[in-house]
Amino acid sequence: MGEGALSLARLAIGKQAVVLEVRGAGDIRKRLLDLGLVPGTIVEPIRRSPAGDPTAFDIRGTVIALRQRDGDTVLVQLISSE
Amino acid sequence: MLLNRLVRGTVGKEDFVPSHIPVDYTACLAGNPNTGKSTVFNALTGLNQHTGNWPGKTVARARGLYRHQGKNVAVVDLPGTYSLLASSPEEEVARDFICFGRPDCTVVIVDATCLERNLNLVLQVLEITAKTVICLNLMDQAERRGFHIDVSKLSDELEVPIVPTVARNGRGLTSLKDRINEIASNAVSCRPKMLRYPTDLEAAIGELESCLSLLSAEGPSKRWAALRLLEGDASAIAAIKQYGMDSNAVQGV
Repeated sequence: MGEGALSLARLAIGKQAVVLEVRGAGDIRKRLLDLGLVPGTIVEPIRRSPAGDPTAFDIRGTVIALRQRDGDTVLVQLISSE
Repeated sequence: MLLNRLVRGTVGKEDFVPSHIPVDYTACLAGNPNTGKSTVFNALTGLNQHTGNWPGKTVARARGLYRHQGKNVAVVDLPGTYSLLASSPEEEVARDFICFGRPDCTVVIVDATCLERNLNLVLQVLEITAKTVICLNLMDQAERRGFHIDVSKLSDELEVPIVPTVARNGRGLTSLKDRINEIASNAVSCRPKMLRYPTDLEAAIGELESCLSLLSAEGPSKRWAALRLLEGDASAIAAIKQYGMDSNAVQGV
């Protein structure tokens, strides 16, 4: 992983990042891609549920909740805040 | 309460088309969740199909009727989906109807405020059928947010008719009905832009397409069927076997 690359599940609330790669396989991967998580997409965690999982993300203008284990399969690059 | 609604939503289909009225064309409404499909449905048919914002509201499909330029058009409201790759019952219902319900026109309702997200479904529908009209709904909200959408450029790019609408107050619906009639009657036929895949994949698609001569001409495109076969999409292949063609033709591939 390069500098600033991390899994989507580890991204802090309110930090924007760019999707680098959707790992994982099968239906879950297809589902994530269908929801708009393709390389180059900007995502931002909006809030976490009280139990800490799932987390709601802003993905292309729609709020979508992802489980931690699914978020873990998405590799993102933090957009540096200047 | 919510559970009740969810359960009720899954019971059978609601049909508002009186059986004694002859139907000239059937149009179906596809689109992402929350793009106003049911609002467009109600605005077209004058019906009052329940609109609401919860997942699975339209698992079953509702059917209504309107008359435009002397033609009776049946409208089928499909469940909202992000995709037609059928990983949920809603996607299966929507996919099966577009592929095998023999719609004369498929209308993809697109949310003008998040166009990018919606174009995935548009491309998937265009892969299935060229008899498609795009309804760019929620234009008022897009305008309020300062979005300017170059509709004619988008239409040129995709090579399908696009109609901007505000279904809530009826804006654009007459021209939507015009376009539906044109496509349904074959007065206008389109050759929409397709996604091109890598050359080896395109070669495989071409080879498979030529084996699919038994696929019903009224069903999905051979290209779509070939792609599902290549993907090994069990649910799509089962649907093709069930509705689309002679079963030997699939087994033979």
